[in-house]
Amino acid sequence: MNELVFFINNVVIAGSVTGSIYAIGAIGVTLIFSIMRFAHFAHADMMTFGAFMVLLLTMAFPGAGAVVGLPTPVIMLPLAMVLTALLAVGIDKVFYKPLRAHGVKPIVMVIGSLGVTLMLQGLIRLFAGTSGQSLYMAGERKEIYRLALPFEGVRAPIVITEPQVILFVLTIACVVGLHLFLSRSRLGKAMRAMSDNPDLARASGINTNAIVAVTWVIAGGLAAIAGTLLALDVTFKPDLSFFLLLPIFAAAIVGGVGHPYGAIAGGFVVGFAETLAVFNWAVLLRPIAHHFPEWLELPRNLAFVGTEYKIVVPFFILVAILVWRPTGIFKGKVI
Amino acid sequence: MSTQDKQREDLVATPSRFPLREVVLFTALLAAILGIYAMMGAAYSTRMLVEAACYAILALGLTIQWGYAGQFNAGVMGFVALGGYCAMAFSVPVNGAFWDSELPGELARVLLYGAAAAVLVYGATKLDRLGVPKTLRTVIAVVLAVVLYLVVISLLRGVTGEIQSRAGFIGGLGLPAWTGWIVGGALAGAVGYFIGHICLGLRSDYLAIATLGIAEIIKAFLKNSDWLTRGTATVSPLPWPTPGPAELGFTLSRAIYLSITAVIIAVIFFLLHRAYHAPWGRMIRAIRDNEVSAAAMGKDINRRRLEIFVLGCILMGIGGGVLTTFNSLFDPDGYLPLNHTFLVLVMVILGGPGNNLGTLFGAVAVYLIWIMSEPLALALMSLAVHVGDLWFAWEPPRNIESRALQARVFVIGLLITLVLRFAPKGLLPEKVKHHG
Repeated sequence: MNELVFFINNVVIAGSVTGSIYAIGAIGVTLIFSIMRFAHFAHADMMTFGAFMVLLLTMAFPGAGAVVGLPTPVIMLPLAMVLTALLAVGIDKVFYKPLRAHGVKPIVMVIGSLGVTLMLQGLIRLFAGTSGQSLYMAGERKEIYRLALPFEGVRAPIVITEPQVILFVLTIACVVGLHLFLSRSRLGKAMRAMSDNPDLARASGINTNAIVAVTWVIAGGLAAIAGTLLALDVTFKPDLSFFLLLPIFAAAIVGGVGHPYGAIAGGFVVGFAETLAVFNWAVLLRPIAHHFPEWLELPRNLAFVGTEYKIVVPFFILVAILVWRPTGIFKGKVI
Repeated sequence: MSTQDKQREDLVATPSRFPLREVVLFTALLAAILGIYAMMGAAYSTRMLVEAACYAILALGLTIQWGYAGQFNAGVMGFVALGGYCAMAFSVPVNGAFWDSELPGELARVLLYGAAAAVLVYGATKLDRLGVPKTLRTVIAVVLAVVLYLVVISLLRGVTGEIQSRAGFIGGLGLPAWTGWIVGGALAGAVGYFIGHICLGLRSDYLAIATLGIAEIIKAFLKNSDWLTRGTATVSPLPWPTPGPAELGFTLSRAIYLSITAVIIAVIFFLLHRAYHAPWGRMIRAIRDNEVSAAAMGKDINRRRLEIFVLGCILMGIGGGVLTTFNSLFDPDGYLPLNHTFLVLVMVILGGPGNNLGTLFGAVAVYLIWIMSEPLALALMSLAVHVGDLWFAWEPPRNIESRALQARVFVIGLLITLVLRFAPKGLLPEKVKHHG
């Protein structure tokens, strides 16, 4: 039973955490993909930017969280979302819109977004340095909940931290909110119309410029949430961007590009695949090891890949999906 | 008079003009190089020129992919690192502690097991030919693959751990460095074939994502396989194919190395020039400019794309090998996306994608700016710190140097977006010939 608790802690909880973060990131990528038809490489750095804004705001108002009873970074999140959304809209106005107006190929937009990602990286690291920092400061600390299981002989408790609980709550809120927005509101319906057929949408009187701006606001806000949650769960690291991009793109492509619900599913697929791949399966096999024949000796480490090769997992998923089903598990709109 | 007889402007051969722009740009470049020679001394400047020449090979590789064919490779770094690894593995002296023990046999045995496992799994995927239902076949193949993979990887972990603790790393082959460059090119081409085979039939964005991923994976592999590459402990010195600085002094030995890179570039340049103007080059450009009509002409688009992608990757592998051998240091952590992917990208799009001469110009010019920007960034930052201290009594953070260098990341990003916006064809645009 202790092994099972270990499995829950290291796979179920950890997988849900990474899965949620990838899912929120992938929703933004997939929305941009479906409206503007290009892979937005600057998304990971928008996430970092959001987390950095939270860091700055937390530094500026260290005691704000104590008033409400939540960690200060969470209180500062809405403000950081607004700032990141503004940044996203601003970047679009300055860098992407002229390119779109020239009617360039999508791949040129991709290169443009790589330029933007470098600029964001440079700015963030210029001000934040290159080392990691904790978002918990000024006497605040992570609450850790230990749930002891009421079974005989179970010593290890299920461990879950406060930011993880906040993360699950926020993820569910995001998904429900996005669903309501896309299916009920006028803007959301216009967005789906534009992702299905931009020309037809324009012809039927939808203001495509407004839709583009709304897409950037949503993508920026979600990026801020994902980045902050990641920074809360571990620490704020300014140099993650290329390591985040691959799983997020893999999640968006697995779910079917242009398909927000697919991106959520894809995020969890990639997140769980990562945690399952680095999990040491020998732990689960050990209790039944005495049933094995003599010649079979159980090695101590039976993980598929070491944690240092974690990035191989999303790449493998990406390759597999591109080979067998390039449209993703839910048929995406963009191939 | 029919329209056929009329001399249409866009159909006549462009009159040969005096290449004013080329002459001006290259003269300016020469003046800059001479200025650096005068200021920084011959040894430093020659080193800079050799590195610029190595980057020119990388840039030529990227210009075929992006300029000739419109494929965007966001993982140049990975192919450079592969070339660098091969240059290291072939040229470093043989490690007696490894070869004299029983470890090579052990390693070969495990690799043989791996090959046998791969054959078994491949056989399992063909079970449906023997009448096994397809679902059952898939299940059998997947389970077999997982179990065999775990067995082989545990054996491999054991052997590599043993190698690491007893012999350090497996060492090199003690061959001349140029063998490593060739094999590095071949290896990079093989990886390029794998990636291109998967992605080139799909949206062009997918290629960028996949190459970005493979570059990080190659780097992670080289960095963590201590038994193969010594990982972060780095391998140095790497022997040069030419007499080293110990025998001839810095300037002369570097000048000889420079002449070797110049020969490599000249050969590549000549071959590319011929290929560009051959029917093959026209076909590639036709595919880039209008895929549908090229396909209608009966051209095999995916095959041609794969060809050109692999060719570009081979050049990147060779360039990476030459660069790493020159640095005389194999450090997996030294391969950075900024230095080895985005810098090359800037060289190509600034110089002129699809124009070999423009790419050469871009490579050397951007590298000069890049090298000179490091002291400039540090000086500006220390000035800012000084002013801040004077006016606001601002206490600067400790790691100010590493932060100042981040400003260069910003500048590279800005340069990419500006070039795309204002000079999408580069300084020396590709010349499209029209035939009457």
